[in-house]
Amino acid sequence: MKRLAWPAGILAALLLVNLIFTDHFFQIEIKEGHLYGSLIDIFRFGAPLILVALGMTLVIATKGIDLSVGSVVAISGAMACLQISTLPSQDSIGGVLGAIGVALALAVALGVGNGFLVAIVGIQPIIATLILMVAGRGLAQLITDGQIITINSDPYKLIGGGYWLTLPFGIIIVAVVLALIAFVTRRLALGLLIESVGGNAEASRLSGIRSHGLLIVVYAFCALCAGIAGLMISSNVSSADGNNAGLWIELDAILAVVIGGTSLAGGRFSLGGTVLGALIIQTLTTTIYSIGVPPETTLLFKALVVTIVCLLQSPAFRAKVFRSRRKPAPPTVPAGEKVTVRT
Amino acid sequence: MKTLALPRQLPGRLPRNYLPVLVTGALFIAMFTAGGIRYEGFATGQIILNVFIDNAFLLVVAVGMTFVILTGGIDLSVGSVVALTTMIAASLLPSTPSFLVILLVLAIGGVLGAAMGAIIHYFEIQPFIVTLAGMFLARGLCYTIGTDSIPITDPTFTAIAQTRIDLAPELWISPTVLIALAVVLVATYTLHYTRLGRNVYAVGGNEQSALLMGLPVARTKIAVYTVSGLCSALGGLLLSFYMLSGYGLHAVGMELDAIAAVVIGGTLLTGGSGYLLGTVLGVLVLGLIQTVISFEGTLSSWWTKIVIGLLLLVFILLQRLIVTTGVSRER
Repeated sequence: MKRLAWPAGILAALLLVNLIFTDHFFQIEIKEGHLYGSLIDIFRFGAPLILVALGMTLVIATKGIDLSVGSVVAISGAMACLQISTLPSQDSIGGVLGAIGVALALAVALGVGNGFLVAIVGIQPIIATLILMVAGRGLAQLITDGQIITINSDPYKLIGGGYWLTLPFGIIIVAVVLALIAFVTRRLALGLLIESVGGNAEASRLSGIRSHGLLIVVYAFCALCAGIAGLMISSNVSSADGNNAGLWIELDAILAVVIGGTSLAGGRFSLGGTVLGALIIQTLTTTIYSIGVPPETTLLFKALVVTIVCLLQSPAFRAKVFRSRRKPAPPTVPAGEKVTVRT
Repeated sequence: MKTLALPRQLPGRLPRNYLPVLVTGALFIAMFTAGGIRYEGFATGQIILNVFIDNAFLLVVAVGMTFVILTGGIDLSVGSVVALTTMIAASLLPSTPSFLVILLVLAIGGVLGAAMGAIIHYFEIQPFIVTLAGMFLARGLCYTIGTDSIPITDPTFTAIAQTRIDLAPELWISPTVLIALAVVLVATYTLHYTRLGRNVYAVGGNEQSALLMGLPVARTKIAVYTVSGLCSALGGLLLSFYMLSGYGLHAVGMELDAIAAVVIGGTLLTGGSGYLLGTVLGVLVLGLIQTVISFEGTLSSWWTKIVIGLLLLVFILLQRLIVTTGVSRER
């Protein structure tokens, strides 16, 4: 739990800023049987990011990275909206489910493609997924024919904008996915296997773990999460924009994972940390809007927070800045000192 | 070209090291020939010169990116630094002499790059994350300066933008092409004939070994990010000559184009292997794809991205093949 202290502290600090500067920030009320309030909004608008970041966590735990999630978000939203727009009745539940199925199947197929390139062909993950990141935007625009497809479908609207049991439906989806991942990785052996592949892929293969298959499953799952996030985003605005849907979400997701304490070096991961990280990013955006700072500066604050969090988490930084506090010198210090002497 | 004439390589290794560059060159020639057969008025010298004119800024940015990738790093901030440069230049030009503005933006680019390099090296944070923060920072600064497009009316800038240098009848280039080619020549010289260049390849090959050999790893790593920042700022200046405006949404996604150009040019993303000539060819191939698609007329612009993605796939598979056959031969 010590690992979660930094991100939790940052999130608490952000919330404290809101407590001081924004009236009624912590107020949650029920209107027409729906929960409303700034905190609920953070969860609701942060839901796609949390989903993508959860998928990304597993990929990063295998020492990989998936840059293509933003494109997958756009593709899955575009595919679902295209299918729904061709339905005779856009409100038919069967038709919408079919469209969702096709979109998610496409997302999984793209994820399997990524996994194949990484596991079987042996390409570095950052490059293998860069291909789909570049080509995927083109594919999404190919699906929508360069237009923005608008639809008018009530069942589809539920995914991103609807409520169920007084809660926004997006939050329920996130909770279900989170519970599922937590059960599969922490109660079953899968999490251990993923971490061992991230720690040393070759050693885990020699010790009998089918690392190739596992990698493909992880990338496919990450793409599935991105696909669901894509459905949420397109359903929230009832349209599909191949160009802008999910733009830069891969970077936000990677940030969320890193802020949450999962190392990009692989081998260990923290689901709770990732959720915290995604919430930090979303709270930051909400805070900037609510305390009246011009929204153009969101990126500046994001840069600041990212730098602070990453510096605090870097063992080398902590060793150099808080040197007196640490009794046993961490292994990174000698290498660092050598370099300083030489320059 | 200088890179191809580079001595001191074992004769047996030559084909494998140069193969990606040769393949990219062959691809460029094949695309140009196919275009010339298929479209009327395609196979002229001016088409190639136009590719240079339209992509001079990308070429400069990709040169900087090559330095970073050769050390095994990556720089995601280049597109935002380009946009920041156009924005600062456009907002300062009405009140400041143009040469001061040019010096100032170059300094900002260099300092930003050096700062990112220092954080990457001394605090051992992944280049990916640090330059991502740099990307947010630069883009955020753009929007803080202004959210609208600012036109540039400075006489020096407009003069450079409108100058045409005639090489031959019906063959002309812009001054930006000359600047870009000068950058390529200086960078090639630096990479192959100076200590810094040797250090860049050594750090990319194996940072630990380079450190143990006594090479200045810290200085080299900070230097490559500084070079990349400088190149991005210069690329931003070339873009402001080309567009005559400063805008926070200029060069969105340019880091991907630059990385794609470097990879298509045969530089390994793990570092230590690659040539600037390849990067130049990579930029030319990307530019020619756009030209072909605009000549085709019926193809929509998004095919550019799909084709670039497919090319990336092919080239990465090719590199993979070369590396694996190389390893098995050495065994």
